[in-house]
Amino acid sequence: MHSTTAISMPDGAIPRIGLLRRMIDTLVTYAAAGAVVLVLVPLGAIFAYLVYKGIGSLNWAFLTQTPKPVGEVGGGMANAIGGSILILLIGSVVGVPVGIGAGIYLAEYGRNRFGDLIRFTADVLNGVPSIVIGIVAYGIVVLRQRHFSALAGGVALAIMMIPTITRATEEMLLLVPIQVREAAYGLGVPRWRTTLSITLRTATSGVITGVMLAFARVAGETAPLLFTAFGNQYWNWNVNQPTAALPLQIFTYAISPFDEWHRQAWAGALILIILIVVSVGAVRFVAGRGMLKGAN
Amino acid sequence: MANRALGAPRLPGPEPVSEQTVTAKVQSRSVPLLRDADSRFADGTFRLLMLGCGVAVLVLVALIIYELITGGSLAWHAFGWKFFLGRDWDPVNDQFGALTFVYGTLVSSLLALLIAVPLAVGVAVFITEMCPRRLKGPIAFTTELLAAIPSVIYGLWAIFVMVPLLRQYVEPWLGKTLGWTGLFEGTPYGIGMLAAGVILAIMIIPIISSITREVMTAVPQHQREAVLALGATRWEMIRIGVLRNARAGILGGIILGLGRALGETMAVTMVIGNRPEIARSLFAPGYTMASVIANEFSEATGNLYLSSLIEIGLALFIVTIFVNVLAQLLVWTVTRGTPARAHA
Repeated sequence: MHSTTAISMPDGAIPRIGLLRRMIDTLVTYAAAGAVVLVLVPLGAIFAYLVYKGIGSLNWAFLTQTPKPVGEVGGGMANAIGGSILILLIGSVVGVPVGIGAGIYLAEYGRNRFGDLIRFTADVLNGVPSIVIGIVAYGIVVLRQRHFSALAGGVALAIMMIPTITRATEEMLLLVPIQVREAAYGLGVPRWRTTLSITLRTATSGVITGVMLAFARVAGETAPLLFTAFGNQYWNWNVNQPTAALPLQIFTYAISPFDEWHRQAWAGALILIILIVVSVGAVRFVAGRGMLKGAN
Repeated sequence: MANRALGAPRLPGPEPVSEQTVTAKVQSRSVPLLRDADSRFADGTFRLLMLGCGVAVLVLVALIIYELITGGSLAWHAFGWKFFLGRDWDPVNDQFGALTFVYGTLVSSLLALLIAVPLAVGVAVFITEMCPRRLKGPIAFTTELLAAIPSVIYGLWAIFVMVPLLRQYVEPWLGKTLGWTGLFEGTPYGIGMLAAGVILAIMIIPIISSITREVMTAVPQHQREAVLALGATRWEMIRIGVLRNARAGILGGIILGLGRALGETMAVTMVIGNRPEIARSLFAPGYTMASVIANEFSEATGNLYLSSLIEIGLALFIVTIFVNVLAQLLVWTVTRGTPARAHA
């Protein structure tokens, strides 16, 4: 306990801090700042490479064509971009309502033991590795259908979205002051209507942020799609057929031995990041406008 | 009409949100008052619907457990506990043992922690205690941006940027200076256990650092003031006043990071080398539980093969759940009582 040495100082004098201790203090400050730099370097490097390599390989063909056979130059990932949108759409349609509903239950009716159980389970679900979710979606969709499909991929992503949305919705609804609810009840508004039109409406922007966080998280997921959506060389809009997805395509191309495919993997990665940022930004922008205009 | 007669209701209380919005909303549509039976029925239905959504969460986790147990039962009956002690992974002869994968997962994750923890805690200390106020937000935001990058993009970057760097500069240097430990010997391929550990470290730094930050801000200000009043330097204040009080929560953050690392699939699969062997050297390729599922699941022919992979998934599930629950409890011991991010 050398902390006590700090107390032994001359009477009435301003405590003088020893040279060694001052040096350690400075050293630690530099070390902490160094840690920040070390952490930010890979981040900067990843983005720099993504833009540098990605833009170089990005062209119109990449966005409009399907992959060419091995050895041929050109072709693109249009079908993978489309497939990703399809799978994410399925995931959102299934996952968002359930997630928000569970969040409403927890916030409005779940201040009890049973609510705690659901809360805990949602946290457990949040921690399940994505590859395990893939196995489960394989078991409940692919095995039943007897083939890989966009639907299976969507279900896997929905399972991953639900816990995040649930907890975010609950947190946001609890921020709405109780008086707002009481005012609505006082006017004779039924409870369901209060929850939907008053409480949820007030918390809209927060809930949407939660939904977009969940969306951004699953948009780049590859592991749960490996043996659910599986991938496809061609266009497919049928939810019951194997479907290409951008992350899958990036993975396949990245581990391939072909330079042309590596180039396309970088372009795909850039598109994936842009897709995530733009969709998150767009939804937040629209939601923000909606809030400002009032509750219509 | 009826509610208009009551006059515009003034909502009491300090709402930061939208008093007027709510008022306008209620007035703009005439809410039918006192239609008792109807609204009671609607309320009941609504509540049931929401309950259904909540129960869906429970059902999902039950479903996960059910699928994994039934799927893995074949392998369990065939090999029992020896499944996790066997080194053979031989689909041709239906011999399956997961030891090499368990080893790969543990070593790569621990290696990641070893690298990530000092950096993540350093970042958290810098942001909460040292950093000029202006830089606080941007640094915190950028660190958390790391968490938003998809795993497959980490893998892509690791293959084409990090692995060549490791192969050309870091690994030869490590071999020369620390080769005598036996941990850094052999040909530096770049790809291998070390690469997996480094990329995992980069990926788990944001989670560890954001939790550490949260628990550090939850430490009451007077703890810091008390230590400073005794004449401590800033570092002594941080060490005695903050880190010591927050250590359970920091440990929780570290364990949460471990949970992430254990289950991480894509980036690791892309750089670890995917060879099922146990080597002392960190330069050697390895294989993890998540990677073997990712690589072999869709091509697994034969029920026993598939079942073995699912059993690996089950083991992964159990371990990550255990680790996550432990971490949650630890974080909770520190942040309990203070609302999350109240001081941020």
